[in-house]
Amino acid sequence: MEPLIRIVRLTKLFGPIEAVRDVSFSVERGEVVGLLGPNGAGKSTTLKLLAGYLVPTSGSASVCGHDVVASPLAARRSLGYLPEGAPLYDEMTPSGFLDFVARVRRLDGRARRDAVAAAARRLQLDGVLHQPIGTLSKGFRRRVGLAQAILLDPEVLVLDEPTDGLDPNQKHEVRALLREMAGRKAVIVSTHNLDEVEAVCSRAVVIAAGRVVADAAPAALAARSARHNVMCIRVSREHAARAMDAIGTVTGLVAVDRPAPSGDDTEIRVMGGDDADLRAPLHRALVDREVAVLEFWREPGRMEDVFRQLTRQAGEVA
Amino acid sequence: MIARRELAAYFGAPLAYVFIVVFLAMSGALTFKVGYLLETGVAELGAFFRFHPWLYLFLMPAIGMRLWAEERKTGTIEFLMTLPVTPAEAVVGKFLAAWIFAGVALVLTAPVWITVNWLGNPDNGVIVASYLASWLLAGGFLSLSACASAMTGNQVIAFVVGATLCFLAMMSGVDIVRTAFEGWAPGWMIDTVVSLSALNNFETISQGVIDARTLVYFVSLIVLGLVANCAILEFRKP
Repeated sequence: MEPLIRIVRLTKLFGPIEAVRDVSFSVERGEVVGLLGPNGAGKSTTLKLLAGYLVPTSGSASVCGHDVVASPLAARRSLGYLPEGAPLYDEMTPSGFLDFVARVRRLDGRARRDAVAAAARRLQLDGVLHQPIGTLSKGFRRRVGLAQAILLDPEVLVLDEPTDGLDPNQKHEVRALLREMAGRKAVIVSTHNLDEVEAVCSRAVVIAAGRVVADAAPAALAARSARHNVMCIRVSREHAARAMDAIGTVTGLVAVDRPAPSGDDTEIRVMGGDDADLRAPLHRALVDREVAVLEFWREPGRMEDVFRQLTRQAGEVA
Repeated sequence: MIARRELAAYFGAPLAYVFIVVFLAMSGALTFKVGYLLETGVAELGAFFRFHPWLYLFLMPAIGMRLWAEERKTGTIEFLMTLPVTPAEAVVGKFLAAWIFAGVALVLTAPVWITVNWLGNPDNGVIVASYLASWLLAGGFLSLSACASAMTGNQVIAFVVGATLCFLAMMSGVDIVRTAFEGWAPGWMIDTVVSLSALNNFETISQGVIDARTLVYFVSLIVLGLVANCAILEFRKP
């Protein structure tokens, strides 16, 4: 089956500047793809190309099988789009604005009122429906933009930084909304927030200097971290030496790192080769030597490290 | 739909009321103080309509300047152009809103018409034709102003360029231009330039002569402006 979003070797030049170069990826129904990258990497440009606001220099993009250049109206009808910064008509009220969007998207009468009411309820806009948008806080503005994007329950959602400017509670709500809609749609979310990717996205596409540098599930990406599979052991200072002895008896260790103790505790980091599971052997050794272990955990790997590593490399290449 | 939103945007902003008050006050002042409507002792509205082209020269660019420039500035153009509407629909919608707005302002001058009817027996046919001419002229100017607005994200520039375009459209038939062409240009060229004048065409209708050619002229002016508007949007598409 044709994926709901298909981007093939998409390239966009602004004069001599390569904003996006040979970007390809697809999004199937049921996926939430997080588009990651440093500022200026080409995230928003990619989304603008997909929404049909920019015209690609070469390559193609399609939404529900409709090419965004050849049949723009059909593509836009199946797409809900939140532009970067959520630009809105300040003099309109959320109610008037959503009504306008519903009319332009050819909803009539009862269906229109229902759609507006449902979107307003979902994004908790009821209290501000009749205030001019220009007077609303950043969080409300963003939510009006989101309401507009989901208004017709489109098959494809393209959201450029949907949680930017929201407080933690609102972020939580929006993530819950995304998860809730995820099963039925193809969703692309651009974000700087790596927690968000781990929380809601089934896949992460990392863009740096206009190119795709990684395309994998968030957990798989995090596993590329240098910290992945590092065992951490926290012991009191008195037990530190004994713990080191115990660790010394375990085979298959690559490196042991014992930073200067902070306060009364000390944290020892043990790196195993490749994917060797050190949990059981380490634990046994520590118990045998009667080390009082305060904390014991395996690092899951950090997206942040991988993100930095991937985007820096690309920056150097470019 | 777009026309509806734009129209609501006009009436939702203080600019609309400022505009209507300025238009009514100035057309009134010019009619009575400069045009001596009452002193002439003739029941007609020539003195009222005579000043419309000059008022429109700066009032229409003032209405039209925000149509696209504001969208560019606030970034809402990205939102508008990614809705399932064609650029032509957006261009026509915006123009219609501005034109209807100008029409509303024009309708509000009806008391002047009522006054002359009360004072005497004017030729109401001529007055209807004049209103039509005035509205058509407003449409032509708005179409040019919308074009100017599409060129830039700055409303001041949009206003100045729009006023210049309107001025050129208006002045091509006046004597100064005519004499500039006389003596060297062939007769057909002078006739062409003169026939392109919004002012001459305006005066033709406001004398009560609804000539097919003048109607074609105004409709062409509007359509030309709208087509150019679409072309500018397409050309400036990033």
